Amino acid sequence: MTRNIVLEARNLSKQVSSPEGPLTIVRDISLSVAASESIAIVGPSGAGKSTLLALLAGLDEPSSGEVWLAGTNLTALDEDGRALLRAQRVGFVFQSFHLVPSLTALENVMLPLELKRSGDARSAAIDMLARVGLSARLRHYPRQLSGGEQQRVALARASVGMPAVLFADEPTGNLDTATGARIAQLLFELNTGSQTTLVLVTHDVALARRCGRVLSMQAGAMSTQAQDVADQSVAVRADA
Amino acid sequence: MRSLVLALRALRREWRSGELAVLWLSLSVAVAALCGVGFLVDRIGRAVAAQASEVLAADLRVEADTPIAAQEQAKAQSLKLSSARLTTTLSAIFNGDTNQLADVRALSSGYPLRGHLTIADRPFAAGAPTTQIPASGEAWPDSRLAAALGAGIGSDLTVGSRTLRVTHILISRPDQNSTFVEFASALLINDADLVSTKLIQPGSRVRYALLLAGPAAELEAFRSWHGQQDFGKERLADVADASPQIGEASRRAARFLALASLVAVLLCAVAIAMSARSFVRRHLDVVALMKTLGASRRLVLAVHLWQLLTLAVVASALGAGVGWLTQLWLVRVLRGLLRGDLPPAGPWPALVGFIVALAMLAGIALPPLLQLMRVPALRVLRREVGPPSPRAWSAAAPVVIAIAGVVYATLGDLLLSCWFVLGLGAAVLVLALAGGALVSLAARVRGNAGAAWRYGVANLARRRTESIAQIVAFGLGLMLLLALAILRTDLVTDWRASLPADVPNYFFVNIPLDQRADFQRELRDQGARLERMLPMIRGRLTAINDRAIATLHFPGQRGRGFSEREQNLTWAEDLGDDNRIVEGHWWTPAQFGQPLVSLAVEYQESMGLKLGDRLRFDVAGEALEVTVTSFRKVKWDSFKPNFFIEFPPGLLDSAAGTYMTSAFLQPTSGAMARLVHRFPGVSVFNVGDLLAQVRAVIDKAVTAVQSVFLFTLLAGLTVLFAAVQASSEERGYEIAILRVLGAGRAMIFASVLSEFSLMGALAGLMAATGASLGGAWLAHALELTYRFDATLWLMGVIAAVLILGAAGAVSTRSMVRTPPRAVLY
Repeated sequence: MTRNIVLEARNLSKQVSSPEGPLTIVRDISLSVAASESIAIVGPSGAGKSTLLALLAGLDEPSSGEVWLAGTNLTALDEDGRALLRAQRVGFVFQSFHLVPSLTALENVMLPLELKRSGDARSAAIDMLARVGLSARLRHYPRQLSGGEQQRVALARASVGMPAVLFADEPTGNLDTATGARIAQLLFELNTGSQTTLVLVTHDVALARRCGRVLSMQAGAMSTQAQDVADQSVAVRADA
Repeated sequence: MRSLVLALRALRREWRSGELAVLWLSLSVAVAALCGVGFLVDRIGRAVAAQASEVLAADLRVEADTPIAAQEQAKAQSLKLSSARLTTTLSAIFNGDTNQLADVRALSSGYPLRGHLTIADRPFAAGAPTTQIPASGEAWPDSRLAAALGAGIGSDLTVGSRTLRVTHILISRPDQNSTFVEFASALLINDADLVSTKLIQPGSRVRYALLLAGPAAELEAFRSWHGQQDFGKERLADVADASPQIGEASRRAARFLALASLVAVLLCAVAIAMSARSFVRRHLDVVALMKTLGASRRLVLAVHLWQLLTLAVVASALGAGVGWLTQLWLVRVLRGLLRGDLPPAGPWPALVGFIVALAMLAGIALPPLLQLMRVPALRVLRREVGPPSPRAWSAAAPVVIAIAGVVYATLGDLLLSCWFVLGLGAAVLVLALAGGALVSLAARVRGNAGAAWRYGVANLARRRTESIAQIVAFGLGLMLLLALAILRTDLVTDWRASLPADVPNYFFVNIPLDQRADFQRELRDQGARLERMLPMIRGRLTAINDRAIATLHFPGQRGRGFSEREQNLTWAEDLGDDNRIVEGHWWTPAQFGQPLVSLAVEYQESMGLKLGDRLRFDVAGEALEVTVTSFRKVKWDSFKPNFFIEFPPGLLDSAAGTYMTSAFLQPTSGAMARLVHRFPGVSVFNVGDLLAQVRAVIDKAVTAVQSVFLFTLLAGLTVLFAAVQASSEERGYEIAILRVLGAGRAMIFASVLSEFSLMGALAGLMAATGASLGGAWLAHALELTYRFDATLWLMGVIAAVLILGAAGAVSTRSMVRTPPRAVLY
């Protein structure tokens, strides 16, 4: 079985200084994610999930180790180089939506396309907003939208550029169960529909189980038990 | 172009939300203040020059002892300058058997080119202005000459070989200047009659003048042309030689206006700095998100540069528009002072305004915006991550450069600008240190005055850096305003005090020694208020430190004038109350009779003298060598007898021929005519007109100062807006949380009031202290008398508490009314 790897971490570690001395948040993690695969990173608060996500997405620099994204060594790029790569290959969904308050829903979705100079950002954004069911909300500002609607705009914004990898940090964390379920449904539909790789950080076990693989983190490292689960998941997925 | 589109879209939205209002308002006010004052100072400058020109009766005067070359008049004509000739000679004028020595002034048509003659039908009457000059065959004696000769309208006067008929009495002429050179009575005749009077003979003392007036560029062209020719001992006199009294008042007015507009601009700079700070804080998340979505640092920078540029263009256009309207309004206010034929306002002040707006944005707002570029994308996951703090110098340097540039551009005086910037820097530093100490102190003593107070004070201490920044900004703003307010009061008081209603309006010279007592008595009997009486001796400077004056070179026109002409000398026991020693010492009684001299600073500067220099004078053929022991600053606008050169008593006593004094006398014609009759040798010099001119300048300048102060107040308000806006977002969030926790509106109001009032008190306290010190220094720079005002402290603190408290309450009102849900979700 040959897998087309789009995201790979090699011996990734992140240390920060604290009043009590150096603190290791991510400890020697290696993993690889194949194209159109979906993985969930789970673990208790403070386990280092979000830091790992930030490192994988090039939002932060590791203390040691390497991250390869779509065939490019992220750790060898400077900040602008990483930004350019993100513009072309990466999408994001956050727990607190992070929409630009001064832009309308449509303008928010157009933004990533404009940043990578895609032609006809407007029609692509309108299409994508239609896919998430927000055709009637194009000219609404974030503050005029409900939480679920805001997250749908965020999803549309993350997917509109057809990213190679979609990172999602607790995408349902701020939503009620029913809305969360609808957003999760949409997330996986978009993932499968566009063959995007999905990397999901979540507390929600049910959500994690919908992913092809589940990685569990404990105190900055991958826990073996979870790795087993993950292997099973891979196996399941590989069979599928 | 992508960045422009993104920038304009963001700008449009922020414009609608009012988030850019303070930044925009501060820029507009700064540009409006600069433009308005720029236009105004320019126009006042011209008006003052015009008024000074009246004292000269022209913009430029060529003076000589020999006839002015025809080519000079031709040159003036080719430059399209208006011109007039004036020939002056001294002669005895007869009315029957009565005669009197007088300056015969032969005028060509067009005289005076600036100002006007005032004539009446009897001596010492009020008179009315006229544009005429005596026609051929006519003579206009001045009041003193007419009174001395007993002449009236219709009298025939013998002037040399001609008989001329009196058709008017001359009350005043614009060029009866106050430098005490021309004391003789005057008789105006027509230039065409001069030859037939046969007054001009070989050896007779005649002064020729060519009067010129016109646009500055053409005058300058004439001046430089004249400098290249060899016209012997001809002298060019311009407004710089005109009345020092008018110069004094207008120079101060111009400086104050420049300072006032500068303060407005600096206040705006403070507001810009504050709003740029909150702008950056509000945009941290958006920039982090843009970077997460793939925006490069260059794009982030480009977007913000476009935003700044757009803002600068819009604000400058608006500011320039308001400035232009303001100067139109000010010109209406100043009608009478400003000439109707002033050229319309040019684009220059607007351009300066735009450049200053750009400079302020680049120096003050850009550095914090550049910080945005460095916001890590990681902030989208960890909100506490911000941009790295800039190095102190890289944050401060552009601000200092921008401020220094603006200060220098406004004041135009390098030394004064350096002091101003240094003073400002010291004020900021002291304010920051004192602010920090006071915040710490307040936090420690917050006590048990209730939850609201405790929460308010705790807020102040928790947002320590923000609080200090706000205290510094508001304190600085208030300090500048207070200092300016003190100065304005001092300025107006000083001006008004410098010319009280009973300031001397007559000078009397040539009072014989033996008639001194009688003359003083006569004046007192007529209800005059007399100033000190000083002896007057004519003398010429012949050498400085044993070097003959003819071998020395003086760069300035004035210095050359002093070196070439005879001067009026005097001696005095005491330093007049309108004199101040700036260097050296006034003599003690033990030094009377010693060869010492005290000089006015104008004389010192023109001649390049220092203490200890030895000057040799020729006084009535006797050489007198004296040592310079002091320099004096003379308040020429006191209209009291004053001399450039003063000796101690006992040195020249034998040389004293006559005395001089000045007095305020109600201008009743009979009294003056009687006085002239009784003391025919005494020359009377009416400075009433000159005084009226100075008063007019001062009154208009006061109006201008009051008007410009409005700008400064407006700029102060922008600082207030900025201070309130700086913390409004965070405050809104906290208020929402407090309300969720069950805090009532009253409690929230009370806590916000506590915080703002305390901040106001701290800022006010420091502002009042700074204003007292700064005001004293500025008063010195503007040559004003500084009066310490204890109520200022109280006023400063109370005003700051009230203003900031009210601003806090108003800004919080809407936050308290907004449901917490809207803020928290």
